[in-house]
Amino acid sequence: MSTIAALGRLRAAATGYAQPAATVRHRHLSARPMVLVPYVLAGEAFAPLAVLVGTDRDRPHLLAVPQPRDRDRRFAHAAELAGRLLPHLGAFAAETETIERRGDDPYERSLDAPQVLVPTAGGIEYLRLLGRSTRFRRTDGEFAVPAGVPLLGRWSTWLADRAGVPGSSVLLAMTDLLTQAWATGQSAMEDGDLASLLAWIDPPAGRRGDEAAREAEGGPTAGPATDPAFDERLVPLITAFDEAVAAERESDEDAARGERERRAEQAIRDALAAELMPTWDRMWRGVDLLSALPAGASVAGRWEADRASYSFFAADLADPESRPQPRVPGAISAAAQLAGRERAQARLDAEQVRDDPLLMAAVRLAGEAFRGELIAVDAERMVTEPGKKTARPRPLLVFRTEDEPLFGPGTELACVERPDAKARVLVNEPGRMELELFGGMGGGKAPKPGSVPERGEVLCWTSLIAEFRRSPDWPAVEDTPWTHGGPPPEPGSEPDSATATGPEPDDDALEEWS
Amino acid sequence: MGTTGTTGAIAGRLEQLRGELPTRNHNARTVAALAANPGCARRGVLDAAGIEKTVLAERLGFPARYGRSPFAIGRGNVFEARVKADDGRELRRLLAEVLGADPDDGALVDVDRGGPTGPTARPGREERVARTREALLRAASGDPDACAILDHPLLPLDVAGRRAYLEPDAMACRVAGRLHVVEIKSFAIIDGSADPGKLASATRQAAVYVHALRGLAEELGLDPESVSTDIVLVCAQDFANRPIAVVLDVRRELATTRRRLARLSGVEELFAELPEGLTFDVAEERVGAAVARVPAAYLPDCLSACELALFCRDEARACGTGGDVGTLGTSVRGALGGIDDIGTALALADGTRAPEPGQEDVARLLRRAQALRHEALGGVG
Repeated sequence: MSTIAALGRLRAAATGYAQPAATVRHRHLSARPMVLVPYVLAGEAFAPLAVLVGTDRDRPHLLAVPQPRDRDRRFAHAAELAGRLLPHLGAFAAETETIERRGDDPYERSLDAPQVLVPTAGGIEYLRLLGRSTRFRRTDGEFAVPAGVPLLGRWSTWLADRAGVPGSSVLLAMTDLLTQAWATGQSAMEDGDLASLLAWIDPPAGRRGDEAAREAEGGPTAGPATDPAFDERLVPLITAFDEAVAAERESDEDAARGERERRAEQAIRDALAAELMPTWDRMWRGVDLLSALPAGASVAGRWEADRASYSFFAADLADPESRPQPRVPGAISAAAQLAGRERAQARLDAEQVRDDPLLMAAVRLAGEAFRGELIAVDAERMVTEPGKKTARPRPLLVFRTEDEPLFGPGTELACVERPDAKARVLVNEPGRMELELFGGMGGGKAPKPGSVPERGEVLCWTSLIAEFRRSPDWPAVEDTPWTHGGPPPEPGSEPDSATATGPEPDDDALEEWS
Repeated sequence: MGTTGTTGAIAGRLEQLRGELPTRNHNARTVAALAANPGCARRGVLDAAGIEKTVLAERLGFPARYGRSPFAIGRGNVFEARVKADDGRELRRLLAEVLGADPDDGALVDVDRGGPTGPTARPGREERVARTREALLRAASGDPDACAILDHPLLPLDVAGRRAYLEPDAMACRVAGRLHVVEIKSFAIIDGSADPGKLASATRQAAVYVHALRGLAEELGLDPESVSTDIVLVCAQDFANRPIAVVLDVRRELATTRRRLARLSGVEELFAELPEGLTFDVAEERVGAAVARVPAAYLPDCLSACELALFCRDEARACGTGGDVGTLGTSVRGALGGIDDIGTALALADGTRAPEPGQEDVARLLRRAQALRHEALGGVG
């Protein structure tokens, strides 16, 4: 952690109020985000218990599973959730723009994309597991599930994969969004609790953040893991539901049929709603706080990448030949994915510090940037570089600065205020910096008008430059080198493994589900 | 036994500290938890005295928010029973798979069943320890009728001079001349990977069993090395209830456990600093002052490892001028170059306090950081 970020936490602890950790919002925030607050049953690999879901803060939809260990109910729940999520997820695919690419075919990119907000990083893991547990289910034959279930699985997998791409905004955890923007006077671990984090940032009127946070601790949890104390209350309700179901199976009276079961289910729903609603309200309060922050200048550019990924995925889904994402990616797609994430991280790092003077301050403190006043300019300076025949314009810029950058001569720098300008360090002395401008002046014999900064300008220069890196040329899947496991087996070549219809579905449906 | 006992004088002081407070029966979970925050003297003393910290935390007015979900407990029990059902058929298959054991070799002996008063009565603890020893000896001597799997064995372990009884889920006896601890956990291994937190805690617990088992082997005159450091972890596969087994090397966790247990016996140095006659068994309004006499080293990680954490956090937030930097996490502390008081760090940053000798560099960094922060926030930070 930078000393500047650490000072934010210290100041918050000393004053009792959260402090800024950023001056802008670094993620896209949709005008109509889909908020999803999930709960799962403790002790199970993945047994959904309930979700609160919706795009309207006044109309949360509670989907609950009165007996989460019942496999049929589990997939009925997934189908119900698909009914809520799929229309929203697919709604943005129709309206597109055509994007031309140099040296490549143009493609269609949607004008907007869906955004799902969950309370914590656990919510992202929830979507990953939801995807894993549903995308291989069959919609025909024995143990068939409704058509929306495997489709929801593929969408959830896309969302969770995309959440791993640095700077992506299609699936975000509220605790991550809030801690990017504010520093509290508690530890990062305690910030993982949405209730106390939000209490620090937005305490009730007349209260200090530290007091409010302490009071918020130990309340209903933001999930997806439930509070064991809540589970103690849930046990008798689920038992009562099981008894109602069993009793009604034996009963002959039509009048009473369903009524006892309905009441038992309602009791479970009431308990879950009471436990989940505080988090639902906090999610929307968080949305309010975040929308009050101005978006960083490069946020829209990164959202374009999300829109492109969305369009590609939606197009793939529409292709009848396409298959669900594999359980474990093959060597080549894993390498491509990793390289893509590294590029996204480098881009994000460079863009965020340009958008945000507070993050740039940490870069300046670390000696990788300086900000100073231009005290002398030689706009006429021409240099014949070694190996070149003609002299090129290389204006000289002399800055006065209090920063202490660690640049050696020749370090290439980019400018925050003048994004096209490129300069090279000539002399780095305490308090004084001499640069030579070599880019962003046009190709002529003299610099383009206005391209050379003028005396008196205050500019920030940094060596953090997101260079455009082409994606390496990956071999075709059938040419996977032997060092990486060799080509994967042809589908259908092994009689007991994958068949032409895609990967083998999980066979847990064959088990008795208790 | 491998662990050293505590001397009489120390035992007396521990007893005095404890008074009539309820004591804790250690199990593998609590012994494994001893490894957390070894720098904390308060924790060292309380663990050595064997005080039930949940009760102490309640008396202090900071009840611990711990607990296991009844759903998780239920599922764990069902899964374990399933793995061991039919004379351990499923478990044998798994052991054959990962260790190359002969699945039909030897019986499954349940140490927990068949006492002297009848086949269903539960035997006492010492009797179960005796049966565990006997089974171990027979397995070691190569008895052809020796058991293949020992169910519910009971292992004694001295924790700071007090006897704890540990109950591994099972032990596989003599696979290729070695004994293997088997740990059955109901969490899932999905596509070959499991939750790292759950995996780490299972590994630590298994290491405690290996340690106790090696102690028992030594006591019986057997080679402690015959207890393997490769343990077998049985988990649920993917989303099914079907078990899957993996072999894990617990050497690193074993070394940690051994060090920590040895340190518990070394509480003498901690006591040298404490006032004579100190006891935690006092009225509620005075217990805070008594506990405060033993210094703590609070870290945010304590919140998930120690029942007393909320009390220690409150104390750390109130100490010095503005609280202890450690309450904000180790990454904040790392950025402040050894200044451990929040008020001092801020005063140095604001330039309202002159640095002490040795603090000049940090003070300069803090002042520079504060100036940059102030500038970036337009003069309001």
